[in-house]
Amino acid sequence: MVALTIVRLRNIFAVVMLSGIYSFLMATTFLVLDAVDVAFTEAAVGAGITTVLGLAAMALTTDREKIPTHWPTLPLAVVVVTGAILLYAVPDMPRFGAADSPIHRHVVPRYIDETPRAIGIPNIVTSVLADYRGYDTLGEVTVIFTAGVGVLLLLGRTRRRPKGSTK
Amino acid sequence: MAANFVYVFAIVIAMIGFYVVIDRGNLLKKLIGLNIFQTAVFLIYISMGKISGGTAPILYDGDAPFSNPLPHVLILTAIVVGVATLALGLGLVVRIKEAYGTIEEDEIQAQEAAEEDGP
Repeated sequence: MVALTIVRLRNIFAVVMLSGIYSFLMATTFLVLDAVDVAFTEAAVGAGITTVLGLAAMALTTDREKIPTHWPTLPLAVVVVTGAILLYAVPDMPRFGAADSPIHRHVVPRYIDETPRAIGIPNIVTSVLADYRGYDTLGEVTVIFTAGVGVLLLLGRTRRRPKGSTK
Repeated sequence: MAANFVYVFAIVIAMIGFYVVIDRGNLLKKLIGLNIFQTAVFLIYISMGKISGGTAPILYDGDAPFSNPLPHVLILTAIVVGVATLALGLGLVVRIKEAYGTIEEDEIQAQEAAEEDGP
């Protein structure tokens, strides 16, 4: 798996490129699972913008990772225990692909039934995103705006701060 | 259990990402690990919305059932928010590099300790 290689590699450039490939594979997985809009977004944003951002950050910092000095016993143990707990919960999940699982019963039939009449566009995902859950999208835009302002504040300052003068 | 292998797969990916986040000292790589973890969560949501024999939730003149559009919407939002936070995190990493000259966690901690002892 690509993800495992990301763990092993120390060259950050290769890691960033591999994470792009990983995002693209994930996008195809979403496509297989009928989530076309999510696949678009993941391919454009995950494989595209994330890779560019990663490369930019790499160019501004360094492309070499230090070789770890210790054998990762504790992190490995934590990961294995967490994974085991999550796997224990898997059999309680509704069967994959079942049409009668709880997630399909509540508000979604209404969205699907009303979209042709109330909204009038064929893509149900868009109608839910922009209309039924419009406040979510507004919140999302707020988050992006805040993040953008944050990045500008962090990186936009002139780099004249003398070294070691601040804590 | 066998029918739910998608969830097992997602959990394995999530744990790989989690491992990168907690074990690797390099801050850039930590963020990429966080990204991997995030994608695994997306995969869980999307696979919950899938209906066998269903089709993408776009209206057409057939009668196959639609997969659940709600998780798609939520994950669409989550992907974009994830990129926004990633950008913010990378910005922080760049500033850390400027302030400390390194992005390895242990070296930063060593410098902090030396600064507290020194002056």
